[in-house]
Amino acid sequence: MFTKRIIACLDMDAGRVVKGVCFKDLRDAGGPAECAAAHARDGADEIVLLDITATSGNRRTLLDAVRSTARSLFVPFTVGGGIRQLEDAAAVFDVGADKIAINSAAVRNPALIDKIAGRFGSQAVVVAIDARKVNGGFEVFVAGGRESTGRDAIQWAREAAACGAGEILLTSMDRDGTQSGFDCRLVRAVAEAVSIPVIASGGAGSARDFIEVFQDGRADAALAASIFHFGIENITDLKRELHDAGIPVRWPC
Amino acid sequence: MIAIVDYGAGNLNSVKKAFDYLGVDVVVADQPAIVATADKIVLPGVGHFSSLQGLNRTGLRETLLQSSSAGKPFLGICLGMQWLFEGSDECEGIAGAGIFAGKCRQFPPSVKSPHVGWNSLTVDRASRLFRGIGQDSFVYYTHSFHATVATETTGTSEYGLRFAGSVERDNIFGVQFHPEKSGDVGLSILKNFCEV
Repeated sequence: MFTKRIIACLDMDAGRVVKGVCFKDLRDAGGPAECAAAHARDGADEIVLLDITATSGNRRTLLDAVRSTARSLFVPFTVGGGIRQLEDAAAVFDVGADKIAINSAAVRNPALIDKIAGRFGSQAVVVAIDARKVNGGFEVFVAGGRESTGRDAIQWAREAAACGAGEILLTSMDRDGTQSGFDCRLVRAVAEAVSIPVIASGGAGSARDFIEVFQDGRADAALAASIFHFGIENITDLKRELHDAGIPVRWPC
Repeated sequence: MIAIVDYGAGNLNSVKKAFDYLGVDVVVADQPAIVATADKIVLPGVGHFSSLQGLNRTGLRETLLQSSSAGKPFLGICLGMQWLFEGSDECEGIAGAGIFAGKCRQFPPSVKSPHVGWNSLTVDRASRLFRGIGQDSFVYYTHSFHATVATETTGTSEYGLRFAGSVERDNIFGVQFHPEKSGDVGLSILKNFCEV
């Protein structure tokens, strides 16, 4: 039975896991290695670590966090934030990541996707897209959601897939941190446009939201951060609820 | 000592890390001489079938064929399992080891490709690799091509069709999934290989 994945996301700032609402107002949730291990124990199918305030100055902090998190983590581990060139990706793989997520750098230079995929395989390259509703469509934003690009999110997802991306991590900026449910319309539009897996992100608040994004949004995986860190929704309980609702999940795990 | 074969493709850290965690003596080796002295061999691999060309360039191919026919325990992971077959539709010009008959094929168009995620593994035939592993345990896959179910198949998963999740003959083992990324189930499978 092929299952839908539940992914726990750790948003990291200066070595600590934090979570904001609509990309602002950051709250502290602990160290990344402890958070990742706890989520894996609870049944997270994957862990994503995003360095949300990535600057060249704190690359060392990120690499240390990846190394210590990866040491005893035996589920897929994705790392994103501040990866601008092949060397940045190689450094992250070297300390234990299985996949990297690229966002702004891929929009600026789509050839980077193919370059990293060529060396580490497509399965190791996740293209993260931050999208916001604009004039009835969905527009791509970069630089942590601060810069608009004028590009259509569905078009960009198609192009990223054609460039060799292995998965799309699709975040609705409108829903991020609000716990008001995933944007199923956005997720479905992208999931139907590409043949690679789509991870829905932004807006998870309850088990019902996950059921909807898998059924109506046709997501292959769903990611959440704040609801898991602060114990609002325990992953084990969430998976039991999904299982009971007929969604195929790795449960018991 | 277990040798993890490095033929210049992809990221071998995850596989090494899992063996380190199990407290096993393991070395990542790109030299045929080092691989030849190991007690057991692990051939990992992710990405495109063409990356297996690295084995031909470095003389590792001959070492792997000799060691495996001499009875040394051998575990191919993902692309490393596909190498055990004659080849893959992914890359016409590159020959596999031909230890098992047939070529690896693409998934049918009815499902998304690649097959990425956790799928249940049905153990169809007793295997030393799966000692203590429950029927239909979940394992993590990421691949676009698969081996067809045949006599050497020990476990299968369903994704658009039923395909070979694992193969075994004598000292030769292959898993299409990633045991190093399959949580406690995967660690148990690696531990079983260490004890073969």
